Amino acid sequence: MSVIQDYQASTKTGKIANFVDTRMGASKMVKEFGRKLFPDHWTFLFGEVALYSFVIVVLSGAFLTFFFDPSMAHVVYDGAYKPLYGVEMSAAYASALDISFEIRGGLFMRQVHHWGALIFVAAASVHMLRVFFTGAFRRPRELNWVVGSVLLILALAAGFTGYSLPDEVLSGNGLRIIDGVMKALPVVGTYMSFFFFGGEFPGDQIIPRLYSLHIMVVPALIILMVAIHLFMVVVHKHTQYPGPGRKHTNVVGYPVGPVYAAKAGGFFFIVFGIIALISGFLQINPIWTYGPYDPSPVSAGTQPDWYIGWVDGILRLMPGMLGDFSMLWHIPMPWGWNALPLGVLIPLIPAGVLIVGMVLWPWLERGMTGDNREHHILDRPRNAPGRTAVGVAGVIFYCVMWAAASSDLMAVYFMLSLNDVAYALRFLLIFGPIIGFIVTKRICLALQRKDREIALHGRETGIIEWTPEGAILERHEMVDDYRLYELVAYETQQPIPAQPNNKGRVGLWSKFKAACSRAFYEDRVEPVTAQELAEAHAEHDQDRRKLQGSVGRTVQELEGKRDNS
Amino acid sequence: MKALSQNRRHPMVGVALLLLGLLLTGGLYSLASNINSASAYSQADYTSADNISDGETLFNANCASCHGIGATGGPAGPSLVGVGAASVDFQVGTGRMPLQMTGPQGQEKQNQFNEEQTMQMAAYVHSLGAGPSIPEDEYLDADHADVNLARGGELFRVNCAMCHSASAGGGALTRGKYAPTLHGVEEEHIYEAMVTGPQNMPVFSDSNLTPEDKRDVIAYLKEFETQGYPGGASLGSLGPVAEGLFVWTGGLALLIGFMVWMTTRSS
Repeated sequence: MSVIQDYQASTKTGKIANFVDTRMGASKMVKEFGRKLFPDHWTFLFGEVALYSFVIVVLSGAFLTFFFDPSMAHVVYDGAYKPLYGVEMSAAYASALDISFEIRGGLFMRQVHHWGALIFVAAASVHMLRVFFTGAFRRPRELNWVVGSVLLILALAAGFTGYSLPDEVLSGNGLRIIDGVMKALPVVGTYMSFFFFGGEFPGDQIIPRLYSLHIMVVPALIILMVAIHLFMVVVHKHTQYPGPGRKHTNVVGYPVGPVYAAKAGGFFFIVFGIIALISGFLQINPIWTYGPYDPSPVSAGTQPDWYIGWVDGILRLMPGMLGDFSMLWHIPMPWGWNALPLGVLIPLIPAGVLIVGMVLWPWLERGMTGDNREHHILDRPRNAPGRTAVGVAGVIFYCVMWAAASSDLMAVYFMLSLNDVAYALRFLLIFGPIIGFIVTKRICLALQRKDREIALHGRETGIIEWTPEGAILERHEMVDDYRLYELVAYETQQPIPAQPNNKGRVGLWSKFKAACSRAFYEDRVEPVTAQELAEAHAEHDQDRRKLQGSVGRTVQELEGKRDNS
Repeated sequence: MKALSQNRRHPMVGVALLLLGLLLTGGLYSLASNINSASAYSQADYTSADNISDGETLFNANCASCHGIGATGGPAGPSLVGVGAASVDFQVGTGRMPLQMTGPQGQEKQNQFNEEQTMQMAAYVHSLGAGPSIPEDEYLDADHADVNLARGGELFRVNCAMCHSASAGGGALTRGKYAPTLHGVEEEHIYEAMVTGPQNMPVFSDSNLTPEDKRDVIAYLKEFETQGYPGGASLGSLGPVAEGLFVWTGGLALLIGFMVWMTTRSS
C-alpha cells in the first residue's frame, strides 16, 4: 500500500498526468508508441490522406444522418426547388433535396461527404500502388497487404451503398445494373435479386437496407480493418527507402512524439481544408437534375462514381454478339429454358482476375522468386523490373476498363464514333497490358543500366581536357557516396529453373512456374560489384593523375588562346 | 383656332413642326416595321404567293442541287414534299442546312440565310404539301401562366434525357451520331425539333406530346438553363466522370503538393 505514495507531482498538470498514469498505465503506452519511429517520405503519406479523408467522411456523414430519411414511402415534394414541386417521389429523395436546398449548410456538407469519399478511395488506391511498386508487401507484411486489399473493397462497398441512397434516376440506374448482374447468375440469380431487393426490383426495401449497410455495417468493418492495419504497421515497423545507414534491422526517421504527432495532426487539418475548399467551390452530384427514381428513364451520360467505373466499363466493352454468335444462350430445361447471358457473366472474369490477383500477389511473386526472407528496405521500382512491369500491365488493364465507362463522353466531346471508341478500347484491353509489360520492363532495365553507368563512370561533364602528352579526355564527375549507395545497393532476382519433385520428375506445374520466373528475371542488370567499382574508379583516377601537376587545359581554353595569338 | 393662327409666325414654329414631322414618320416607321416583322412569324402571312415564289427562287439556287428541282428528292437529298415549314425553319434556322459536308450527322453552324429568306423557303416547302407548320408564339412562351415546370421535367426525363442526358448537355449515339446539347437553343427550334424529328431524333407529334406538353418541356429547359449551379462550378455538367477526373488531377495534385511540403526538411 505504501508503494503507491512514492511519487508526488508538484504541478497541477503533473498531478493529473500522475492520476491517469497510476490508473491506466499510460506512460507505458506513451513509451511504446510515442517512441515509434516513422521514416519521412512524401509517398508514405497517401495512407494518411486516406485515413484522414475517411474521418472527414464519417464526420460529415454523421451530420447528414440527422436530416436524411432513408424511406421509400411515397411523398409529394413541396420544397423549395421549383422544377420538382408537386412531383411524387420517395421520402429519401425528398429529404436529400431538403438537405441540399433547405438545411443550413446541408449542400456544403453533402458535397464534403461526396468529395471526401472520392478522395478517400483515390488516396487508398494510390497508397496501394505505392506499396506494390516499392515491394512493401513482402514478408513479413503479406497479411497487411491482404487487410489493405479488403479495405479497398470495403471502400468500394461504402461508396456504392452511399451513392445509391438519394434514390434519384442516376443512382437508380446503377442499382438496376447490380440487379441485372445478379439475375444473370445461373440458377441462384433471381433468388438473390429478390432476396436483396425484398421482391421485384426496385421494391420499397432497398434504400433502408443500403442505409443500414452504409452507415453501420460497412463503416464498422472499415474501422475494424483500419485498426488491424495500423496495429500491424506498429508490429512490423515502417519500411524505408534504401540509403546509407538504413538497414533491415533499423528504422531511420522521426519519433511519433512529439515531431510526427504534430506533423500528422497538422496534416489532418490540411486534408480537411483541401476537401472543404473543393466542396465549397465545385458542385458534385447535383441530385436535383436527375429527378426521382423511376425504372423507365435511363439518361445519357449515366456513370457511376469513379471507383465503380471499371466494372461499368467492362460491361460496356463486352460485345453482345460476335458476328452471328449470340452471347445470350438459352439452356433447355425440363420446365422450359433458362437464359445464360454470357455478355454479363464473362465480364465478371477479368474483374475477378484483377481482384484475386491483387490479393494473392505476395504469394505469386514468392512462387517466382523463391525469396522468403524478411524485407524492410523498399525496392526502387526500376530495380524490380518484373514486378514493376506486372504492376503497369495491371494498371493499364484497369484503366482501359475505367476509360470504357466514359466511352460515350469521349465519343461526344472528341467527335469520335462511339463504336470506334469501343473497338479501340477492346483492342487495348487485350494488348495494352502485354505492350505495357514489355515496354515497362525494357524501360526499367535501361534505367538500371544508366544507374550502373553513373555509378561506374560518374556524370559526363562535357568538359574535354587535353594532356601535355596529347591525350584528349573528358572530365567525369563522380557521384557522392550517398547517391552511390542508392545506385549500387540493391538485389536482383535470378530465374529459378524447374525443380524435380520427390519422385525426381519435373511436373507441368513446375515447368510453368519456371517459365514465369524466366519471363520475369531472365533479363536483368546486376548491381555494380565492389571490384567493378574499384577498377572503374582507378581508371578515372589514372586519367586525373595524367592531368595533375601538368598544365591540364580544356580544349576550349586552348582554342581560345590560338584565336588570340 | 385663334391662338393657333396668332402664333403661326412664332419663331419656334419651324422647330415644332420639324419635331412633329420626325415623331410622326419615326412612329409610323416603327409601327410599320413591327407589323412587317410580326407578319414574318404569323401563321397567316408567311405563306403569301410572293413569299412562295421568292422561296422557290432561293430553293432552286441553294437547295435543289441535292433535294432536286421541285424538292422531289435527288441522289443526295430526300424529297421535301410534306416535311412542312417547321422542318425548314429548324434545319435552315439553326444553320444545319445547307449541309457543310456529308457525315454521320448535319452540324450546327453559322446561319446562311436571314429570317426573311428562311421564311420564304419555308413558305415554298409548305406549299408543296401539308406538314408541321411554324409553332404559334403562345406555345413557345416559357413564362406562360399555364406552364407546369414539374410536368415538363418529367416529360423531359422520360422522353428526352436518354439521348440528350439529364442535364441536357447532349450524348453519344452510334457511329459518330450524337444528340446535341440543348443549352442555348431557341424555344422555336426546340419545338420544331420535337414536332419534325430532325436527323436521328424521333418525332413527338401533337397526339404524343400536345403543344402544351411541348411548352412545358421548353419551360423546364429554360428554367434549367437559367437556374445556375447552387453547389459551385459545374465542371461541365458531365456528372461523375468529370468529378472523378478532377479528383485524380486537381485534387490529388493539391494533396501531393502539401505532402511534399510536409516531408521537406528545412536546410
